[in-house]
Amino acid sequence: MPPSQAMLNTQSPGPPDEKVKRHTISILVQNKFGAFNRIAGMFAAKGYNIDSLSVGPTEDEGVSRMTIVARGDDQIIEQITKQLNKLIDIVKVIDLTFESFVDRELVLVKVHATNDSRPEIMQIAEIFRAKVVDISPRTLTLEATGSQQKVDAIIKMLKPFSIKEMARTGRVALKREFQGEV
Amino acid sequence: MTRQAHEGESPASSGGRLMTGAEIFVRSLIAENVEVLFGYPGGATIGVYDALHDISDIKHVLTRHEQGATHAAEGYAKATGKPGVVLVTSGPGATNTVTGIADAMMDSIPLVVFTGQVPLRLIGNDAFQEADIVGITRPITKHNYLVRDVRELAQTIKEAFYIATSGRPGPVLVDLPKDVMAQKTHFEYPGSVTLQNYNPILEGNVRQIKKAADMINAASRPVLYVGGGTILSNAAAELTALARKLGCPVTTTLHGLGSFPENDPLAMGMLGMHGTWYSNMAVHFCDVLIAVGARFDDRVTGNVDAFAAEAKKIHIDIDPSAISKNVKVDVPIVGDVKSVLTALLELVNPLETKDWLKTIEAWKDEHPLRYRNGEEIRAQYVIQKLGEITEGNAIVVTDVGQHQMWAAQFFNFSHPRTHITSGGLGTMGFSLPAAMGAVFGRRDLPVISISGDGGFQMNSQEMATIVQHRLPIKIFVINNGFLGMVRQWQELFWRRRYSHVELANPDFVRLAEAYGCTAYRATRTEEVEVVLRKAMAHTDGPVFVEFVVAKEDNVYPMIPAGQTVNEMIDTPDPAPDGKQPAGDRIETVEKGKARKVSVHAPVPSNA
Ligand SMILES: Cc1cc2nc3c(=O)[nH]c(=O)nc-3n(C[C@H](O)[C@H](O)[C@H](O)COP(=O)(O)OP(=O)(O)OC[C@H]3O[C@@H](n4cnc5c(N)ncnc54)[C@H](O)[C@@H]3O)c2cc1C
Ligand SMILES: Cc1ncc(C[n+]2csc(CCOP(=O)(O)OP(=O)(O)O)c2C)c(N)n1
Ligand SMILES: [Mg+2]
Repeated sequence: MPPSQAMLNTQSPGPPDEKVKRHTISILVQNKFGAFNRIAGMFAAKGYNIDSLSVGPTEDEGVSRMTIVARGDDQIIEQITKQLNKLIDIVKVIDLTFESFVDRELVLVKVHATNDSRPEIMQIAEIFRAKVVDISPRTLTLEATGSQQKVDAIIKMLKPFSIKEMARTGRVALKREFQGEV
Repeated sequence: MTRQAHEGESPASSGGRLMTGAEIFVRSLIAENVEVLFGYPGGATIGVYDALHDISDIKHVLTRHEQGATHAAEGYAKATGKPGVVLVTSGPGATNTVTGIADAMMDSIPLVVFTGQVPLRLIGNDAFQEADIVGITRPITKHNYLVRDVRELAQTIKEAFYIATSGRPGPVLVDLPKDVMAQKTHFEYPGSVTLQNYNPILEGNVRQIKKAADMINAASRPVLYVGGGTILSNAAAELTALARKLGCPVTTTLHGLGSFPENDPLAMGMLGMHGTWYSNMAVHFCDVLIAVGARFDDRVTGNVDAFAAEAKKIHIDIDPSAISKNVKVDVPIVGDVKSVLTALLELVNPLETKDWLKTIEAWKDEHPLRYRNGEEIRAQYVIQKLGEITEGNAIVVTDVGQHQMWAAQFFNFSHPRTHITSGGLGTMGFSLPAAMGAVFGRRDLPVISISGDGGFQMNSQEMATIVQHRLPIKIFVINNGFLGMVRQWQELFWRRRYSHVELANPDFVRLAEAYGCTAYRATRTEEVEVVLRKAMAHTDGPVFVEFVVAKEDNVYPMIPAGQTVNEMIDTPDPAPDGKQPAGDRIETVEKGKARKVSVHAPVPSNA
């Protein structure tokens, strides 16, 4: 886990628990002074685990969307949504886990590259449809987009080459309108 | 209002005139019908204080510490049901309110706290007396605001009062930068507010209420577990009607005390860690538990898995997040207690509970509340006598510790809003300022502050405020020379290693007198009743009494933290060690019954 995300973790991950599930929670929040702090602070104060958190503007100027991936058993997730709903600045909370949704994450990975390893890295990039966005004699920087699993997979593939730096956006998600098979 | 008479002005509007933020602040409070403001001035609020100078509609009470102001506002709110209002300066003034705000958050008390702030352009500069009070209080307020433009001020104040008092009440803080309060704009107080995602649910879901009624109608061993939400909802009458219609025994939490008359045969007194033996047994063995505005606090449930494990549970609460937070319930009803109980009353039938009540009666006989009495004063006796003398017609404001639990057990509370204490946060130093606040809202009943010798010293500076205003408060200090509650834990669970719990106290009577307060001291049981009567009859301002009590007494029954009724410890039998002083006797008190033994101490002529 990247350190920026680890910082959000208020509890160290305990032993794997069958009942603990990952939930993608989409939050619409008014762009008010301190509103994001209120949300992040609530997670910290209540001791809830966050895997990732991303925030950005929406079609409505006064409202931002926060996508939080949180872990917990059913009771904890229920409390999380209830506690979020109690925050006055929040417009809407949707636990996408109960819906069908599309999700994406973007990652920038700066990986160590030599004349020997460069072609192999390029090949991995191609398989994952990642783009080369920067190059130097000793490094290659790739940009990859996809589901969290895909992003995890490319990172795993690049690890042996030695990753020098990495930035992940965290998951963003929207409810899927198309209800058939894709 | 003494200044008036501008063209087109009305109480809620400045007409064409421009007003400063400070004036708008004052006018907004008047529009909110604020009658008393507890505060302390400073550099950042000096402009606001100037605007208060000529105002007669609002009484400003200068406390001697901002913590005192905040607890006073809590006491006022608990006694009246109206929001308590506080005004303090920036930096240390603001941080001194933190404990009171956290206390109000835990106990669902409506407060609106206004803090001064450095001018907007200096925020973040480590300016003189700057503190990020909005950041500091974010997790301990229901909501908070930094006002960044004078044109937002009236609307923000309106929202603050609305949020503090609606739904599950709580504290709201409004931070007022000095320059914003000097800016000018038109004043128009909004008539109403709507917030996008904040609409407290009052009416319970009809299907859920029906389900609850069916469950209740099928019960043979029901228990009503009643909490502070019943009092916040002003629903004591509905609760009492429901209990009597059903023939259902009632137990209350610490904050539920007063919602059901404790002399009623259905009353079982408080449950939980220091609850009565029989209420805890009844909850353990009931088949339907009806939680009414109570939040399954760990001081009540002990081990949550074993709490009323066999019972079907109904939970009425206005806050959806209170439901199934600690204990999973079968029928949740989100709504206001008053409205839900009114609906429920129509749907339930009188139950056949004779056998169940007989079982409870037997528990009451076997395990009444007991204490050892003798020459040395027992705090339990002081409280019991106080309950008898006042017949429950008093507002009792307790502090935190052993005396708090004894007050809960032995006073026999019978009216809502007559018991005020810090339960959730357990804030020592709460009683004296909270009693002071209560008096500003209630003159119909005597107000009694009961503190331990430890807690009294945490806010004793408010003696000055009380004397200044000649407030008719009865100030009782139960002096056991110890941080008694901690000492009790050390005795019972830490092998009697008394680590830093003994107090070297001042002469409390002389201290009170130095403040200009009439003061008495009682040191023997026979003096107690006389002194109590004298104090209750005192009409000229405050009166102080120190009760020097047994140093090492314990609160029983006790369910040790996190455990179950199986581990419940009842009052030890009389002097198992054979060391009981001659003349001591065991007093027993049962809820819902006339007292079996009542002590008639000889009245000393010199008391
Ligand atoms: C030393 C010490 C010992 C203690 N020992 C005990 C003990 O033995 N027994 C005990 O009971 N307590 C004890 N307490 C107090 C305990 O810590 C809790 O504060 C208390 O039990 C909580 O009471 P409550 O459940 O009534 O909830 P409150 O804190 O009063 O909360 C009220 C509940 O009602 C809801 N509500 C509010 N308004 C409404 C409305 N209009 N309609 C519907 N619902 C509403 C709220 O959402 C909330 O869930 C002790 C405290 C101290 C300091
Ligand atoms: C501000 C604060 N500090 C510490 C505590 C922990 N505490 C709980 S009860 C207690 C002892 C209180 O002593 P006293 O006021 O003399 O009352 P007693 O228990 O003796 O009746 C202490 C220290 C607390 N509740 N509040
Ligand atoms: Mg003490």
